Amino acid sequence: MVRWSPNPTGRAAITDVLAPRAPGIVEPGVDERAARRSLLGQIAKLESELANLFCNAYPRTGFDWKVASRGGPRILSLGELERVRDELAERLEVNRRELSDRALVEEQNRRLIEEMLLEPEKHRWVRVGNCDIGEPGCHHWHVRPRFGLLGMLMGWWRVRISSGCPLAMGRGLRLRPRHSSAT
Amino acid sequence: MTAELDLRRGWVGEELAAEFPDLGLIHATLSARPGRSPQAVKERLRLMSDRFTGAKAVQVRQQPVPWAYRVFFRQIGIDPDDRRTPPEAAAVERMRAGAFTSRNLLDDALMIATVETGVPLLAYDAERVEGDPGLRLAIVGERLGGDGRDLRGGEIVVADDLRPLAVLFGDTAERHGVHPGTRSVLLGALQVKGVPDVSVEEALWIAAETLAEAD
Repeated sequence: MVRWSPNPTGRAAITDVLAPRAPGIVEPGVDERAARRSLLGQIAKLESELANLFCNAYPRTGFDWKVASRGGPRILSLGELERVRDELAERLEVNRRELSDRALVEEQNRRLIEEMLLEPEKHRWVRVGNCDIGEPGCHHWHVRPRFGLLGMLMGWWRVRISSGCPLAMGRGLRLRPRHSSAT
Repeated sequence: MTAELDLRRGWVGEELAAEFPDLGLIHATLSARPGRSPQAVKERLRLMSDRFTGAKAVQVRQQPVPWAYRVFFRQIGIDPDDRRTPPEAAAVERMRAGAFTSRNLLDDALMIATVETGVPLLAYDAERVEGDPGLRLAIVGERLGGDGRDLRGGEIVVADDLRPLAVLFGDTAERHGVHPGTRSVLLGALQVKGVPDVSVEEALWIAAETLAEAD
């Protein structure tokens, strides 16, 4: 609490008392350190959430995970730390929205597979792959006629489920170049 | 088995320590001769490759220790998706090459320790390190290794008492890395916030034991 003390000149005493409490005078070192610590913590938290999202999004592709580098390794300025924080937050939001949109489509595709299996004749030639439901591999569901043309004419439709990715063939036997027997 | 490792904590420059209070460089010096990896080390790499599946590679960034280095990369201005952290670089290389391929004894030892613990390791020719190694910011006009390329002022470097030995997670000064004539190796492990002492010590022990396999 500031108390008024009588002083013959008056001026010096008021300045002495009020100067240390004047608004706008801050010790930048103290405040900046706290702000930096807070920003470093926020970056760590956002990076953790982004890492979780990356694992949840796998094996889907087409996401942009990059946040521009700042020419490190070095101590970043307060402004640079803020930009890293903001870009991480933006990347997180954009990718979350993207993943959410894709999950909705994938759910619809899963429902479509169920409907295809129940009523194949209503989904002629429809084909849904693993990539359409956010799963790894080359597995797909394809509505095709039984016995080819005859099945098409008779309306005999069924869902063919592929067995997955082709197996690696290895080197195997190679075709030998033919040598001319003419000598 | 190796003899008892003399683990020491290197110094950290004042500015760096103020920004990253948990940053540390734990190091140990051991006599080792670089060369080809013995069969036992190659076998260990092969077993490690079998255990390291695609799913594990994807989840590396979620594991606490590799994640801590990812965060540190962000905090020092490196995009870890652009320049990968050592544990993630090892995972990507495993997926790309189909296995952890053997290069030489030192690289294999560092690779095994990094994959097993998630802690990145550094190695220098101990006879060319003057005094105690540590971490600090480069001074404007300073050169890598004393006479190498110009360093940007403020770059984080691994340095000894006289000169910067390497840029952190970057290039090493030409004559200070391990070379075929090296007789003793200075192994260092970088510790950042979130990485427990036990992981750092284990990484150094694994690397030291692997290097001892050649004896």
